[in-house]
Amino acid sequence: MFQDILVTGLVNGGIYALLAVGFSLIFGVARIVNIAHTAFYMLSAYAFYFLLVKVGMNFAVASLLAVVLVVAVSMLCYKLVIEPVREHHAAVLIATIALGLIFQESLLIGFGGHYIGIPGAIDGFAAIAGVRVSYQRLIILVVAAVALSGTWLLLHHSRFGLAIRAAANDLEIANLMGMNVKRIAMFTVGVSVGLAAIAGVVVAPVYVVDPLMWQTPLVIMLAIVVLGGLGSIQGSLVGAFIISYVEAITVFAVPSGAYLKGAVALSIMVAVLLWKPEGLFGVVFEEER
Amino acid sequence: MNAVSALAARSWANLRNEVLVLPSRIAVLVWALALLLLPLVWGDAYVMRVITMAAIFAIFAASWDLLAGYSGQVSFGHAIFFGVGAYTSALLSKHFDLSPWLTMPIGAAAAVLCGMLVGLLCLRMRGSYLSLATMSFPLILLGLLFALPELSGGELGISGVRRAVVSPVSNYYLAVVVMLASVFGIWKIGDSKFGLILHAIREDEVACRASGINTPRYKVLAFLLSASFAGIAGALFAHFMRLAGPSTLELALSFQVVIWCVFGGMATVYGPVLAVFILYPLTDFLGGFDLFRDVRLLVFAVIVLLVLLFMPRGLGPWLRDRAERVCPRCKSRNVFTRKQCRLCEAELR
Repeated sequence: MFQDILVTGLVNGGIYALLAVGFSLIFGVARIVNIAHTAFYMLSAYAFYFLLVKVGMNFAVASLLAVVLVVAVSMLCYKLVIEPVREHHAAVLIATIALGLIFQESLLIGFGGHYIGIPGAIDGFAAIAGVRVSYQRLIILVVAAVALSGTWLLLHHSRFGLAIRAAANDLEIANLMGMNVKRIAMFTVGVSVGLAAIAGVVVAPVYVVDPLMWQTPLVIMLAIVVLGGLGSIQGSLVGAFIISYVEAITVFAVPSGAYLKGAVALSIMVAVLLWKPEGLFGVVFEEER
Repeated sequence: MNAVSALAARSWANLRNEVLVLPSRIAVLVWALALLLLPLVWGDAYVMRVITMAAIFAIFAASWDLLAGYSGQVSFGHAIFFGVGAYTSALLSKHFDLSPWLTMPIGAAAAVLCGMLVGLLCLRMRGSYLSLATMSFPLILLGLLFALPELSGGELGISGVRRAVVSPVSNYYLAVVVMLASVFGIWKIGDSKFGLILHAIREDEVACRASGINTPRYKVLAFLLSASFAGIAGALFAHFMRLAGPSTLELALSFQVVIWCVFGGMATVYGPVLAVFILYPLTDFLGGFDLFRDVRLLVFAVIVLLVLLFMPRGLGPWLRDRAERVCPRCKSRNVFTRKQCRLCEAELR
């Protein structure tokens, strides 16, 4: 059981980290609470399914194309829907909720409401520390690690990353220094959704793919991000593994834990917030007025 | 006799000088009267049902507006109060066989307790943290209910709850009268000194504290009041649908109420009610056509998105700004057709 918890927590933690880091990025830069974030994750799972099974492409091409497509869609959505209302906090929330619902319903009409099975890249199991782990889960782990380190490199060792960090630090000052803040925000949306899209592609063969699959990870992702501190990438990483291990322990060690895993994870978040209202790694801002 | 006629004359003068001068007030009056008179002219069971549901959700939406619109505590888990109201009254009705007239107030009281708990927990948080933390409360409760299927009925919920009144028309009147009273109450609260303080807390909490206002107390009070109305809505829902199920606690309901309020216009009370009375019958009606059944939610989302893009402050204030204009000198409202302010006779631009 101990090994089960260890491995499950690690794999889920990787997925959650991909989602939460992307969400944190765009929140940090443009203060956008993107409820549709996991809807893009769902969209990429469906795009991958369509390209792989219906069109008949091979794995590498289908996954790459799915991610590129979803990123393009997200940047278009940002330009058309989010940017015009970006100043109004509540309006952004509703707009992203509406976007999520639009994706959900479009997929429901296009593909039907039933579960879709997607074949894995490599079948079979590897035995690690006595636990049988399917190769697909190992792929998830590797891809998550590569994507997250790639994001870190992008943020800390490129001009674009510098621009993102500057904008996240203070959007107005960045604007005054002559940076094209609108374009930075749009490309940040691209990077942020790109991470979610990668997550969507790698989990598609393992998780159930249906038009409601975005809702459960949405809640968990929001819990992680709040737990770690909004806008803090480090916090999202740590939060992702805390929540995934709490979930894994609940599922394996508590009777009827499968029902309770969400409740326990969310209670942990509330408890942390009561102790540190700005999250684990959040910055305490002077009251914005 | 004299006293009666004097009273009648006074109320008529009040009506003519205060209500009939502004299109928005006429609209509210006509809407309230139309709701009360509708069953006399059009007692169709389907219409009764849709408007009853719309009335229940209008209470719920207005209660969110009191909390989020006025005091700025944007809760994403308002369904917890609705769900606590619904489950409490359904459980009491089912297991102790109490009369619905007793279980509904008890359900609302349970929601108030829950509101106090949530309000106290939320005192330390603000902004997006508060929104996202409140979102988790109904989901935690939902997880607990699923883990105790003997008590809660699990995924199916508690069905076969007794109705307070039997016929569709009396159910309609119950919901509509409670709705009118609650919405009027919420509007009065929002208009009072208490409502003013809530506005101040939303605009600038630090300045508010510096002026000697005990902001934590007002924030918890806002949670309590809002929860009580949401609890009433939940209890009405349970007894009308004869069911208290997981749908009363789901994320979808919490989001739905946010959509209604932002669509209608926040911190207005009339906005959310207007939005519910437009959007709920619309989505229900469209669902009746085969052609639209699948795209119903899609149409809903697209409408909401378009409204947001063209009227970011919501439908209610947008309509009101078209029908009335504000006097530049005394800030009172006038019909858009007037050239002079009706109170101070200043030139209207």
